[in-house]
Amino acid sequence: MPDPMPAAPRLLLMAPEDNCLIARLPLAAGEALEIDGALVVLPEAIPLGYKVARRALKAGEKVLRYGAIIGTASADVAPGAMLHTHNLVSDYIPTYTLASDAHSFIGSTH
Amino acid sequence: MPQASLPALSGYLRADGRKGIRNVVAVAYTVECAHHVARLIVNAFPGQEVHLIGFPGCYPNDYADRMMKRLATHPNVGAALIVSLGCESFNRRGLEEEVAASGRPVHTITIQQNSGTRTSVADGIEWVRWARQSLDAQERVPMGLDELVVATICGGSDSTSGITANPAVGVAFDQLVAGGAACIFEETGELVGCEFHMKRRAATPELGDAIVACVNKAARYYTVLGHGSFAPGNADGGLTTQEEKSLGAYAKSGASPISGILKPGDQPEGGGLYLLDVVPDGEVRFGFPNISDNAEIVELIACGAHLTLFTTGRGSVVGSAIAPVIKVCANPDTYQRLSEDMDVNAGRILSGEASLEQVGTEIVQLVAQVANGAQSCSEALGHQEFILTYKQFEPSGPGCFPLKAA
Repeated sequence: MPDPMPAAPRLLLMAPEDNCLIARLPLAAGEALEIDGALVVLPEAIPLGYKVARRALKAGEKVLRYGAIIGTASADVAPGAMLHTHNLVSDYIPTYTLASDAHSFIGSTH
Repeated sequence: MPQASLPALSGYLRADGRKGIRNVVAVAYTVECAHHVARLIVNAFPGQEVHLIGFPGCYPNDYADRMMKRLATHPNVGAALIVSLGCESFNRRGLEEEVAASGRPVHTITIQQNSGTRTSVADGIEWVRWARQSLDAQERVPMGLDELVVATICGGSDSTSGITANPAVGVAFDQLVAGGAACIFEETGELVGCEFHMKRRAATPELGDAIVACVNKAARYYTVLGHGSFAPGNADGGLTTQEEKSLGAYAKSGASPISGILKPGDQPEGGGLYLLDVVPDGEVRFGFPNISDNAEIVELIACGAHLTLFTTGRGSVVGSAIAPVIKVCANPDTYQRLSEDMDVNAGRILSGEASLEQVGTEIVQLVAQVANGAQSCSEALGHQEFILTYKQFEPSGPGCFPLKAA
């Protein structure tokens, strides 16, 4: 079946200065994508709307979306890797998630 | 905006000159102990414009008093029945006087003085039937876009909210504000990180400072409570941090200058874009500022909002008493699952089937249709959620004006 929107990108850049990209549709692990001219093979599946690193990020580096800071990387992140609560934390208030068997807070930089 | 492209609006004229887009009989309980009796009265009128509102607490609260007065005299409300137990602290007489002074039919049933549940329910049904008949005879009159107040809220946000539904509502807000409407956005706790950008959009430097102070108040309040305005479903939807959610939520406000800050119950002074400050003043007390989305919707309605644009990614299904809620769904997958609850599929922006401008214009057209009496999805499904809890506010400061005295 042909791609219904061959010209549409699979990753969205919200602002030129951003260092993350947004999945416009669900992406499979092993899928090959071009990010800023370089070929990146996705190490994991990326659900719709989730973020991936646009380039290599160091722990402590600010993450930008919409051209604005949305938090700080809490670990080194490879290009094309998912950016979420496991490697990105708030600069304001901890994020609360429902773990499989317990409630848990993901730490913030404060 | 080219107002000629919108259908002519109409509404119900009230004595204070405002116009309503619905003609609701509000049945208001003044303590939880009267809730069941009030609900039985409302349940006798299925499918009719008889809505349940109320305050559960037995302790007095100035905020709740003010909210109930603003809600019972909302332009969408044509008459009000007050249902009191009798011994609670709520000032039922003050509420009745306010409604009567607004020119609306009003009646109070006090259960302790009215032989209990059955008699109170029967008397309430009889009065509402009479009020309903008198309101049903009222004709709609022409209404300008500059007489319309439109609110927006997001709930069940995910990572698509800030890409599709929220900026599409921003486009709609820009068109509505340009046409003279008053538009209100809210939840200062979800604007943490956006305060300096908002300051640059303020109509006056004093207002800009007041916006920064009001977001700082929210950040402090939520920090003391140890919990941001961020639910587990937000993270499941790809949002990682409070500030990421905030930036997406902020897109609902569009690009118009910000004309003022409202506190719950303040009425906008004419058209323009207003920020609703939902976080209480003073020391942290009574718990979370708004325990769920409907508490915020009720505050937007208390500011005179005729209807609310509710953006959702995960898929909220709520409506509201008194004022219709229009659902703008951000996520195309959610739309497929919950299409019966969604008025607008903004997920088409993500799949490339529609532009932000197209969806924004579609939202404005829907606002006009719903204002003229078409039912939104949540209305047609009978959603009439309502929550009012304890809060504490100081009057708005001088930097927050222009405001109309409420």
